[in-house]
Amino acid sequence: MIVVISLAGVMLFAAACLVVWRMMTGPSPLDRIVASDVLVGIVIAAVGLYSVLARNSTGLPILLGLSLVGFSGAVGVARLIASPSTVRRRFDRRQARQEEDSDDA
Amino acid sequence: MTLDQILDLAGAVVIAFGAFFCLAAAVGLVRFPDVMTRMHAATKPIVFGLILVLIGVTLTLRDPKAFSLLGLAVLLQMLTAPASGHLVSRTAYRDGEWDAEGAVVDELAADSWTPETGPQTTRDAER
Repeated sequence: MIVVISLAGVMLFAAACLVVWRMMTGPSPLDRIVASDVLVGIVIAAVGLYSVLARNSTGLPILLGLSLVGFSGAVGVARLIASPSTVRRRFDRRQARQEEDSDDA
Repeated sequence: MTLDQILDLAGAVVIAFGAFFCLAAAVGLVRFPDVMTRMHAATKPIVFGLILVLIGVTLTLRDPKAFSLLGLAVLLQMLTAPASGHLVSRTAYRDGEWDAEGAVVDELAADSWTPETGPQTTRDAER
């Protein structure tokens, strides 16, 4: 049994390394957000692995809390993010509106 | 082999499968080309892998309290994963950070706008 559990631990470690690599290289902020979402999932799985190894249920509330709030980071950042092209577009639109106003005056 | 040992082994095997699905999600995250496909690779195997891991934990601990907590965790995971996925994909679509040539169907294009044409919907024009 310990062999199977260790195998699962190694797989989770490899998954975490790959996800952190994607988080570092990007290229866009959205990729990093998705990677952080996956990392939270891997941490939840690792806490489950720990509570199997230690044979106690101390880790389960942590697991519940993580699955409750794990998505909020992705939602918040995805809501507030703006790509350079979007910012540029808003700037141009505001500029055009100001020119219209000054023409009227 | 007693029943306890069988259940322990079954739990360990199920957890190993769950970890494998987490690894598959990570590999997809690294190998896929743009945000949409990466998100596709990331969300679904992670949720399924977590369900497997939590079933494995339940099989090993064999405690009703643990079962109820883990069931709640699975339910929350299934409720929250679509919310974050929806918001991330919406942002990706609006910022144009996706591979339009690889898409089979783009139903949002009809009432969307591009940098050349400017705002198309009334809500965008008012802003």
